[in-house]
Amino acid sequence: MHNSSPYRLCLNRTGLAVCLLLANLAAPISHAESPLTIQITRGLSSAIALSVVPFAGQGPSPVDVAAVIDADLARSGRFSTLPRTDQPQSPSTAATVDVAQWRLLKMDYVVVGRLVTKGEALELQFDVVNSQTGARLLGYSLPTNASSLRLAGHRAADLIYEKILGVPGAFSTRIAYVSLEGAFTARHWKLVVADSDGENAKVILDSVEPIMSPAWSPDGARLAYVSFEGRNSAVYVQTVASGQRDRVSGRAGINGAPAWSPDGSKLALTLSQADGNLDIFVMDLASRSLARMTDDPAIDTEPCFSADGQAVYFTSDRSGRPQIYRMSLAGGKAQRVTFEGTYNARARLSVDGKSMAVVTQEGGGYRIGWVDLASGQLRVLSQGTLDVSPSIAPNGQNVMFSAREAGHGVLATVSTDGSVATRINARAGDVREPAWSPLL
Amino acid sequence: MSRALKVLLVVSLGALLAGCPKKPTTVPDATQGDSVAATTDTAGRGYSGVGKGVAEATATTGSTVKIQAIIHFDYDSSLIKPEYASVIAAQARRLASDRSVKLRLEGHTDERGSAEYNIGLGERRAQAVKRALLLEGANEAQLATVSFGSERPMAEGHNEAAWSQNRRVELVDGSR
Repeated sequence: MHNSSPYRLCLNRTGLAVCLLLANLAAPISHAESPLTIQITRGLSSAIALSVVPFAGQGPSPVDVAAVIDADLARSGRFSTLPRTDQPQSPSTAATVDVAQWRLLKMDYVVVGRLVTKGEALELQFDVVNSQTGARLLGYSLPTNASSLRLAGHRAADLIYEKILGVPGAFSTRIAYVSLEGAFTARHWKLVVADSDGENAKVILDSVEPIMSPAWSPDGARLAYVSFEGRNSAVYVQTVASGQRDRVSGRAGINGAPAWSPDGSKLALTLSQADGNLDIFVMDLASRSLARMTDDPAIDTEPCFSADGQAVYFTSDRSGRPQIYRMSLAGGKAQRVTFEGTYNARARLSVDGKSMAVVTQEGGGYRIGWVDLASGQLRVLSQGTLDVSPSIAPNGQNVMFSAREAGHGVLATVSTDGSVATRINARAGDVREPAWSPLL
Repeated sequence: MSRALKVLLVVSLGALLAGCPKKPTTVPDATQGDSVAATTDTAGRGYSGVGKGVAEATATTGSTVKIQAIIHFDYDSSLIKPEYASVIAAQARRLASDRSVKLRLEGHTDERGSAEYNIGLGERRAQAVKRALLLEGANEAQLATVSFGSERPMAEGHNEAAWSQNRRVELVDGSR
């Protein structure tokens, strides 16, 4: 897999995504939010040893690109990175890496790079050197500019992660979450969108009534969510870049739990209508027409589309306690999917459609469970007492969820194999209900 | 951005205390007079804060919302406990005697469990209160339900003392 070709230009897709992000930053409705801090709480002893050397040509830029890459890779738990003060040399090109020195430090890989000015624009050039073989594993050049350096760093981390682990990275994604701020007696619910590392946090909606259940559209441009701003629940779809929003369902009773179909054309949601009984419906977004999925006196809620978009998974307590059921969009009877444990709720399907994350009750606590759909087997991934609202990373490697720590709402992640866990703290208030964007 | 309604609340203490078999930890003693309503208002509902928040709320809507009664529930239950029979009967009488009176039944759960499922549990509690009121003479048109799930706790703690306060249906004046 050694790449001996000269630097490749990045794909159009990358350039496009950069433009989209810039548009988002310019949105007039958003304002800055205090960032989140991320800490690894459970790591791998077998992590890959890697060192990211400070990049040349940083100039006056406030963004330390190498530090962004280092933090991303370290936070994944798959890599153990070498502190700068322990680095034996500071090369900025593959040719000047003295592999013997790095081998002595038991480094598997060394990342070097530089920022190169190209007229008005910048290029982030970087190389990954295998310090065992001396071979250049990856060489890349990402066009960027001074205001997109963090994103360029996240993209570099994605490429490094994929080259070494064979799985796409998800660092250049975004997260949405609900932040509760203000005194208990004067709460504000804020819908926040941030980079995957918690930076660049922007409030896109601020309300004195609850905001719930944000869900990204498959193209990553819009968020569906529930807002009680009219003192009753309603489902909205908001374009993140422009702030333009539509109330897509404001019927009598409950309007809740929106979930996008994989092609983005439909929303599954929960309606109670006048009789107060919660059932699952599927709305065609273009026509706003509704198709009823379930009709059961139990609570049916928290729908989630299957990977092929042909079925919906949902929570129902028709058996007495909440469990996950599956129903085809073509109709027919709902089939129960979870049997282990007395409480399984809020399913989110894995990217490959073979597994799902759920909220499961274990002991006295609510934890994140991972269900293998073929066998029905459930593994408990998290260790908290109130771990809810799972959202799966678009590369399928991690689950982000809401947790409670010392009375505060925090976000946390756990890898889908349970080996790596992180905690994401807000500097103020409670954060909850994370939604991980698709790959952008 | 937000066009959310801000509502100033005044709690009807008599109804509240009559409706609660155990004195809630967040409801101060009645001897404190006027401050009680404000404290209960903010502790229980959290619509508005001190100073600016209250003034703004009044200016925005000019209306007040009155909690007529609060009915508390056991864990994972929407069964109305016998001790609330008199509260239900009194509210139903009030509704039957004046058909212009409307009540909004706001269902709540404690913080545990999945957020949207809790919306369902809160609605189930609100519906249970609605059925009880209908049986005792209220009209369908007088009653509206809403569920806030675990979003609007009344007590701030993370223990059973708080949870038992938070599992509730608030009977609020007005249809919305």
